[in-house]
Amino acid sequence: MSEVHAETVPFVRDTMLPSAAPPARQSGAVLWLRENLFSGPLNILLTLAGLAALWALVSHLWPWFGHAVWNASSIGECRQIIAERYGQGAGGACFAIIRERWNQFIFGFYPAEHYWRPTAVFGLMMFAVAPILFSESRRLRWTVLAVSAVASFAACVALGAPGRALLAVGAGFVALAALIEYAPRRALAFSVLYPFLAVWMLWGGSFWGPVAVLAGFALALAIWRLGARFGAGLLGLALGVAAAVWWWAALGPRVAADLQGLMPLALAPVESRSFGGFLLALTIGVSGIVMSLPLGIILALARQSNLPVVRTLAVMFIEFIRGVPLITLLFVASILLNYFLPPGTNFDIILRVIIMVTLFAAAYMAEVIRGGLAALPRGQYEGADSLGLTYWQAQRLIILPQALKISIPGIVGTFIGVFKDTTLVTFVGLFDPLKQMADTIRATFAWKGAYWEPYIFTGTIFFILCFAMSRYAMYLERRLKTDHR
Amino acid sequence: MRYTAFLATVAASALTAGVALAAEGDTLAQVKQRGVLNCGVNTGLVGFAAPDANGNWSGFDIAICKAVAAAVLGDPSKVKYIPTTGQTRFTALTSGEVDVLARNSTWTFQRDTDLKMDFAGVNYYDGQGFMVRKDLGVSSATELDGATICIQTGTSTELNLADWFKANNMTYQPVNIDSNAEGEQQYMAGACDAYTTDASGLAATRAAFADPDNHVILPEIISKEPLGPATRHGDNNWTDIVRWTLYALVSAEEYGVTSANLDELSRSSTNPDVQRMLGTIDDYGTMLGLDKEWAKRAIAASGNYGEIFAANIGEQTPIGLPRGLNALWTQGGLMYAMPFR
Repeated sequence: MSEVHAETVPFVRDTMLPSAAPPARQSGAVLWLRENLFSGPLNILLTLAGLAALWALVSHLWPWFGHAVWNASSIGECRQIIAERYGQGAGGACFAIIRERWNQFIFGFYPAEHYWRPTAVFGLMMFAVAPILFSESRRLRWTVLAVSAVASFAACVALGAPGRALLAVGAGFVALAALIEYAPRRALAFSVLYPFLAVWMLWGGSFWGPVAVLAGFALALAIWRLGARFGAGLLGLALGVAAAVWWWAALGPRVAADLQGLMPLALAPVESRSFGGFLLALTIGVSGIVMSLPLGIILALARQSNLPVVRTLAVMFIEFIRGVPLITLLFVASILLNYFLPPGTNFDIILRVIIMVTLFAAAYMAEVIRGGLAALPRGQYEGADSLGLTYWQAQRLIILPQALKISIPGIVGTFIGVFKDTTLVTFVGLFDPLKQMADTIRATFAWKGAYWEPYIFTGTIFFILCFAMSRYAMYLERRLKTDHR
Repeated sequence: MRYTAFLATVAASALTAGVALAAEGDTLAQVKQRGVLNCGVNTGLVGFAAPDANGNWSGFDIAICKAVAAAVLGDPSKVKYIPTTGQTRFTALTSGEVDVLARNSTWTFQRDTDLKMDFAGVNYYDGQGFMVRKDLGVSSATELDGATICIQTGTSTELNLADWFKANNMTYQPVNIDSNAEGEQQYMAGACDAYTTDASGLAATRAAFADPDNHVILPEIISKEPLGPATRHGDNNWTDIVRWTLYALVSAEEYGVTSANLDELSRSSTNPDVQRMLGTIDDYGTMLGLDKEWAKRAIAASGNYGEIFAANIGEQTPIGLPRGLNALWTQGGLMYAMPFR
């Protein structure tokens, strides 16, 4: 049959034709433009107006950025260079102020010979947070660690860290990397110890001071555990706290001094007043962020508690703190507290500010997390109860993991807010990078009048850090996504 | 409502208690024991207080801190500069955080009495002025009726401005700004016709412009702004130390004692005033609780008053302020030190 057919029909196609390209107007950029920008008279008009606005913006700003001078010793010299290059009357940015005062924008008045200390602290911070933040993806974890370790070590070398310090920092990086690779659960211990190490490295002084503080916490924990074994839950906790307070007030400082006598290990002390710029913003921001999350969780749980006293206290705290502007709290910390404390007490100003920022952030955090708790179906709580879990077991294993996951966008939003709010410390005379540091640098006649450049520089760095936080939150949401919507 | 009432009560009682406690202290003993002078300074004001790229402070007010530290502790570098803002400066002093406040603060009735401070003297006579663009065609502040004026909020200049316009039966439109830098920017952008602040600040601002010739500072000075170092009320000996350190600097200029000829004059001067001041004869230092050479060290720190003026804000500097009211009384100014006798 087929043969017959073959004889009678002159041509039979036995393969498919390759599909032809669509008409020019129906594909590629032309189609995209038509669909998105020029789909109707109104959209054409809006597109043209948008382009005009963009052009106006760029054409006005470009000369200013394009004429930027990076190498000069004063704004007058900048103006001279711009006038020579681009003719009289040409405007231009003078980013030389950033170049010359870079160290002050980053470290404030921190002593120059100790710049390596905050740098190493920053590198170590990545080692402390990586096992928590990037526990799932090995590749991502190692990229982050390698980049931050190499960068901060190189910066330490460039900043003239002494040889022994370099050795210690380098060895620390390698040891921590090995720990994170081979004993990831142990590495979490470093994350817990890191704040004490950071405080010691930033403020200096005897190594045994932070150790004594840490020992107080260990004492409280041990007594609480011991009490729990004999069935004295709350009493044990109270005893533990009392013992820790006694240790910190009475015995701890003496033990620390004795240990310092036996095994001297100290860094040159640096005063809180010397902190400034991004070092200050990061110190306050990171402390506030790290401490406000657990405090916020506790407050949120307390607000939902069945115990009336606990609930009332939590509601009062949250509503009071949320009802007061942060600046008020900062003023209380900086000025009012001085009157309450006996004269001569030196209650560290940064510590005061950190406490206030933490309390402020915790109140907001509590409400964000309460939203997450409220979003859980009642059945989850009842399911936990029916399994015979205790309150804390239920919270830890069933309720909080789900509630926190739901709250991630809100939590990170609060984090970003806290970090940006650190610039408000300018009102209590601390050198925040955005305003106070820039104003102080402009008080030198050479830089008087350089107004926009510091703002643009600081804004850019804040944007990079906040954008990174927000991207990380999106990554975390994708990673924890278990529903199939 | 109840919260605020409660807080206000707590704050008020704490305030009185704190002031009483802080005032009891013997500042001189505290400073000597501490080994360092806590000096409250501006967070940054051109010519008066500013840190360089290495964080070393310098300026007209800084020189006062150095002189006091040299007189009391024997070393002008033993100063801890505590930057204070307009809001925190007076509480920093009354709460004992700083020993002396050298922060271009105006000596006023309220501050002297109600705020429990003592002013040790005046190290700069300032006054509020106006700056306008030349093409505005204004040659006197009395022609500024209806003008928009950039004014820093929360300062005494704001009140002076309102008073002066009212007294002259004129109106103005305020453009509120937060800092000098912002004020300059608003003025440059044409948001206001005139910019008003202390005349020293106007001169510095104008000198920093790319086109200083297009701007004029109007001749009217509408307020008195005697700026001086302040101490806590009640510690008279400490106030005496700061006051006479300042007088020593001014007297040194009057008697021709400079940082260059200080050593020579302390040996060879025949002027009894100079001899007493420099400790060559008599022992005036012990009357202050200091040693004989206190004033000599204070002058050695950054020179006499004239030298300090010339080095930081004088006509040789880019700021270029004339001595004006701040010239010695012998040269038509107001700088008059009480006699060393």
